[in-house]
This record gives sequence, C-alpha cells and structure tokens, in this order.
Amino acid sequence: MSAPDKAPPLFGLVLAGGRSTRMGRDKAALPYGDDTPQLERAVALLGKHVERVFVSVRADQAGDPLRARFAQIKDTHENIGPIAGLLAAQAQHPQAAWLVLACDLPLLDDASLTHLVSGRGAARAATAYRSSHDGLPEPLCAIYEPRSREALSDWVATGKECPRKFLSSADTALLDEPNPRALDNINTPREYGAAIDQVTAHGSSQSGARASTQSKHITVQYYALLREQAGRREEALITTAPTPRELYAELAGRYPFSLGADVLRVAINSEFGDWTAPLKDGDAVVFIPPVAGG
Amino acid sequence: MSAFRFSSTPIETGALSAALADPACGGFAAFEGWVRDNNEGEHVRHLEYEAFEALAVREGERIVAEAIARFGVVHAACVHRVGDLRVGELAVWVGVSAPHRDEAFRACRYIIDEVKHRVPIWKKEHYVSGDSGWVNCERCAAPAAHAGAPAQSHPDPGAEAAGAHVHHHRR
Repeated sequence: MSAPDKAPPLFGLVLAGGRSTRMGRDKAALPYGDDTPQLERAVALLGKHVERVFVSVRADQAGDPLRARFAQIKDTHENIGPIAGLLAAQAQHPQAAWLVLACDLPLLDDASLTHLVSGRGAARAATAYRSSHDGLPEPLCAIYEPRSREALSDWVATGKECPRKFLSSADTALLDEPNPRALDNINTPREYGAAIDQVTAHGSSQSGARASTQSKHITVQYYALLREQAGRREEALITTAPTPRELYAELAGRYPFSLGADVLRVAINSEFGDWTAPLKDGDAVVFIPPVAGG
Repeated sequence: MSAFRFSSTPIETGALSAALADPACGGFAAFEGWVRDNNEGEHVRHLEYEAFEALAVREGERIVAEAIARFGVVHAACVHRVGDLRVGELAVWVGVSAPHRDEAFRACRYIIDEVKHRVPIWKKEHYVSGDSGWVNCERCAAPAAHAGAPAQSHPDPGAEAAGAHVHHHRR
C-alpha cells in the first residue's frame, strides 16, 4: 500500500454509455472539425492527465467497433444514468481516484483538466468545477476519490441517481472554471452545429501548431500607462485568445485601456513578438505602450 | 559589465568613461540626457522612468552592438535611470571611444536615437500644476486620432523631455 499521505493514483473514465436520445446519433462518434470521433478525442485528452484511461460502456455496447478500441468498464447497474459508470469503475479499481469525463464536451481543453488536477483535494471526497451557469458542482468533469465510494453506493441504494446532487451533499472541493465554455455539453443537433463552429472558428483546436482557441495559461505584465489602467503589474490568466491581438481585445474589454492596439507593440517571453503569432500555454505577454526613453 | 544597463541610483559618469578608455582610441564622445524643467509648455516638477527591463536590456545591447559594428568604434556603453528623478538629474548616459572623433560622435548619436525609439522605457512627467502624464501615450489616447497610423509607430515627442549636453574629449 502507498504511504498514508500519498494521493491515490488517478485513473480516467470517459462516459460513453449514454443513449444520445436527443441527438438522435451516437454522441461518442461525432466528429468536431476533423474526422476524429469525440470519444477518441476525449480519451486522448484525458490520457495526458491520468495513469490509465477506461471507457465506460453499457454491457450491450461492448462490441461496438468505436468503443472496442479502448479499455472498457461495463456498467453493472442499469438505468441510473452516468453514475452507473463511476460505480462500476470504483468496484473494479477501488484503490484509484477517478477523473470522470462525459464524452459530449467538445470544448473541453487541456488547461481546464490541468487546473482540475492541480487543484485536486485528494483528502476530500471529490474535486469538481463550480458551474459558471448555476454555481452547482459539475459532476461529469470531476475527480472522485476512493473515499467517495461508500457514500456513492449509499446514495444510489436510497434510490437517488443525480451525480450533481451527490457532489453537493458530499465533501467536494469546488474550483472556479478557468474557461467558462469548456464544460458546455452537447445534447442536440443544434448544439452540435454551434460547437463545430466554435471548434473550427480559428483552425483546429486540437493541433498545437496553428493559432488555437484552446484555452491556455498566459501571464500578462503591465507597464506604465497600461499598468495604471489595469490597476496591476501582472496577472496569470486563462484565455482562449489565439493570438496577442485577441488577447488585447479581451483585456481591453476588462480594463479602461485608452491605447489602441495600433500604437502598441507586443512582446512574448521577453522578446518582441508578432500580433498574429499563436499564443502557447505558458507564454508571458507584455503589451508595450509608446516608449519614451532618454 | 553589460553594454546597456539600468540604474536606480544616480549615474556616476567618471567610472563609466574610464571603463571605455583604450590605448587605441583617440576620441571619446558622451551624451548625457538631463531632466528638464519644462516640456510642451508644461512646467515639469519631476520625472518617473519605468522599464520592461528583461527586454530593454536585450534591445539596448543590440543597439550598442549595432553601433560598434556600423561605425567601427572600439567601446560603447549606455546607462539609463529608472525610478523618480528630479529636475537636473542625469537620466541617460551614452559613451563611445574610437580611434577618431567622427565615428565616436556618430555612434553616440546613433545609440541615443535608437534607444529613444526602440527600448521599452516609459517616462511619466509630473507637472507643477499637479497634473501628470506618460510621455507619448496620452496623446495617443484618442482612439480615432491615430487609427490610420502604421502599427508599431511610436511617435516621437515634439521636444525632448531631457535636455541634451554633449561632452567630447580629445585624448
């Protein structure tokens, strides 16, 4: 056994056992922007943050070619919704903590998972994002510690099945969402169309080479007039801005900047940069007001 | 010592000049920018310099290296103040040593001109009236006024906020 103070290993579970009733098509198979089915995208994204990834399926889906490509955990309860997948996973690997992900979150980004994992409260029952819509826990992009298992079983035994209410009642560490769009789930053909537009608006969101609307951690330092107008010297933020141009527009919406981008220069990682250069996770950005040395 | 650096305390020019001495050099030119008590009709009480030092030092060193390569001078250096400065204080110092005076003068002029345009340093003037303003920034503030200006053009002030005094010595 691991030392008592060591966090349980983190496994990942993509929930692909839904019936996609409102969509009318299998949500796990839907592509966004390229030919990759969403289930495959979710598994790849999750795989960067956990030791092992499993796909949660209903027993009758196990032979589906898309789902058969991944390590599966079959539901042992029927008709209790997404919580069934988590119960089966906890039964199979009771020592692990589970990062559970719905397979209908096409806007979910790497930075949001990084933030969740780094904010994990391993001594709590669970760690989840607080919804930007209603302030309640988001259960389908959340970490469930081994110690949540007993409470969850009891919860289901009393006939309850809403995972969101479970998290509200449990000892759940709640984090603010760094990217409020990341957990928008897709249930209908109309929502699917809107999500495709969002994902493809600035090129593929999954390939890192081009300017990407994936959210990223950016540090911004302010100097001189911009420092005074922002009321701060520096801030760390998470943004979906693909280039410094959109980032400045975003900040100009937040602070009373009097300088237009046309009179500024931009520096990325302490070197002069281009307004249309793709921003990368971890970049440090400075907007340079007209200089006046000498 | 870096060819371009910042100082948050008064600049000691004697040591800076001495560091550029070289037996092969017969000419030395220096430029000193001082804090002037007026700018564009306003009475200046004191100044505040702020720099994005990580990038400013890189860009300043590039400028000095360009001057050395371009004019064939032997040594060159520049020191710029940051923080609060009173009227009369030395804000920036440039020194160049060279075999002859002409290249020393030209390299010195090149360095101060480029520093003023390219290095991320900002100057806030505090006026006797109680007003204050960031030089070159306040006039850009009207969004429409510069809409047609080319990107990354940093307008030069109509007048230098620091007075110019050129010192040159024959060796």
